[in-house]
Amino acid sequence: MTTTTAAPVRPAPVRATRRRRTEIDSRRQRWGWLFVGPFAIVFATFLIAPLGYAFWMSLRLKTLATGERFVGLENYVKAFSDEIFLRGLLRVAGFAAVMVPVQILVALVAALVLDTLTTRLSKFSRLMIFVPYAVPAVIGALMWGFLYSPRFGPAADLFGLVGLDAPNFLAPGTVFGSLVNIVTWQWAGYYMIVIYAALRSVDPSIYEAARIDGATGRQIALRIKVPMISSSMVMVVVFSLIGTLQFFTEPQVLRSIAQGAIPVDYTPNMYAYSLAFSYSQFNYASTIAFALGVVVFIGSYLFLYLTRKQSGLK
Amino acid sequence: MATTLADRAAQTGRAPRALRPDREVGGGRRIGSHVFLLLLVVYFVLPLWWLLVASTKSNSGLFVGDGGPLWFNSEFSLLDNLRGLGTHNGGIYWRWLGNSFLYAFAGGIGATVLSILAGYGFAKYRFRGRTFAFALLLGSVMVPLTALVIPTFVLLSKFDLVNTVWAVILPSLLSPLGVYLMRVYTQDAVPDEMLDAARVDGAGELRVFFQVALPLLRPAIVTVLLLTVVGTWNNFFLPLAMLQDPDLLPVTVGLNGWQALSNAGAGGEQVWNLITTGAFVSILPLIVAFLALQRYWQGGLSHGSVK
Repeated sequence: MTTTTAAPVRPAPVRATRRRRTEIDSRRQRWGWLFVGPFAIVFATFLIAPLGYAFWMSLRLKTLATGERFVGLENYVKAFSDEIFLRGLLRVAGFAAVMVPVQILVALVAALVLDTLTTRLSKFSRLMIFVPYAVPAVIGALMWGFLYSPRFGPAADLFGLVGLDAPNFLAPGTVFGSLVNIVTWQWAGYYMIVIYAALRSVDPSIYEAARIDGATGRQIALRIKVPMISSSMVMVVVFSLIGTLQFFTEPQVLRSIAQGAIPVDYTPNMYAYSLAFSYSQFNYASTIAFALGVVVFIGSYLFLYLTRKQSGLK
Repeated sequence: MATTLADRAAQTGRAPRALRPDREVGGGRRIGSHVFLLLLVVYFVLPLWWLLVASTKSNSGLFVGDGGPLWFNSEFSLLDNLRGLGTHNGGIYWRWLGNSFLYAFAGGIGATVLSILAGYGFAKYRFRGRTFAFALLLGSVMVPLTALVIPTFVLLSKFDLVNTVWAVILPSLLSPLGVYLMRVYTQDAVPDEMLDAARVDGAGELRVFFQVALPLLRPAIVTVLLLTVVGTWNNFFLPLAMLQDPDLLPVTVGLNGWQALSNAGAGGEQVWNLITTGAFVSILPLIVAFLALQRYWQGGLSHGSVK
């Protein structure tokens, strides 16, 4: 006891200065919170609070007879046995299974080709492939809606060139592919730029070494370039996965053109939107939104966990 | 190695530094590559070309024009259409466009400022709770932002903020990805020694940030600004849920409304030419911004992912 109280009273001179320095240092570190603070407030207000509130709302139910009351996990039991919600989940999972590989493949091949060229045409192509990213999803969907439409679109003319009838792009059986096409058009260029920039940051002397060893261009691309940029690939896949699972804008916009082919509850997000704003069932809508959020979070976390070796996140 | 580089430099007439060894391949494959690229360009540009052409057509010209869907009609109606945008529904289109600018810049600039500050704080200070806060931030990148729209709507309606500009601007200030990118970039681009040197010279923490760190962060700032502005400009779900007053809508929600009305069929409501022209005009500013600023974002976009 005496030793512990006495100890700070007679410190060695060297330690005293060191302590003063760490004191200044730790006072300085508090500046960190001042810099992070403004963002932390927004984060708490518009991410933590809505998430918490959604969860709280999802535990309650509002009925005309009894008012709002606590029902525990009843809403979740209802959601995960709600055929509409499950069908929506299955549908976005289907979109993810098709759309993510298609987008990434287009982006990867384009980036690999661009990486082997330095011509003016390749620079021009790079920009043009990227341009759709600057077009809002609503405008992209509107535009493709026009292009698909038999009344406005060039499909009849283009298919006529080879003597075929244009298919109906907006029928219940074809609208899936039509939506995949819109999203690919919109996002492949962005992913391409990310992958391309990653490719450019690889030290080119590795390729030279492989070439001396007799590797062909294709082998270099598949065996060296792709593994070298695997962390960027993982990141791009995660973004594309998260985007696809919360699919909303494109089907919502296309709905008024493709009457009948896209129901109002086509995706979980559209279902939650219509529950909230057409039927005022905010508690159940929050349940759907929160359940979707959890599914997305688990899905992307699982993907990151399975690819932790490739992404370098451990 | 030296000889090959010199040979190639002689062949192409360029400095060896600009050469990447894998770029020099036989002519056959390069033609194939270029054809492939041209096909991609056609696919990605054709819809935009269609939109440009369609914006020069009158409402009936869109259906029965003599130019076909992919070429101009003999009748050129772009100016009439622009005039139409100024009169239809009392010229509300230009108001929508103005709203889009307001939301995108207020939300985007705000989110960027918050990201710069927080990214710098995370990268350069070891404050209490930093590890936990950053883990929370990383996890939140995976939270789908659309899942927040409905609860945010209910929360904001308790404060009478729905159907105001704040309902769109305030939630747009949140950009976890922006903070993450700024932190990664700050860590690489701003050496601790430089900050310490400035401190030894007697500069305060704010001065160190503004005069030493900030100028080094410019490329990342442009990238994050572009990402956040585009994110807000393109957002659809949030304004669709938050706003009912037609005067407050951004151009995306407004045009979608016109399109739904036109499809619903009422004769006087069919304004296809105004939708195409409005859509074309609305995408010009961002395309121009991207082309003008390409020097910055092309490198910056990949930065967070290379790590």
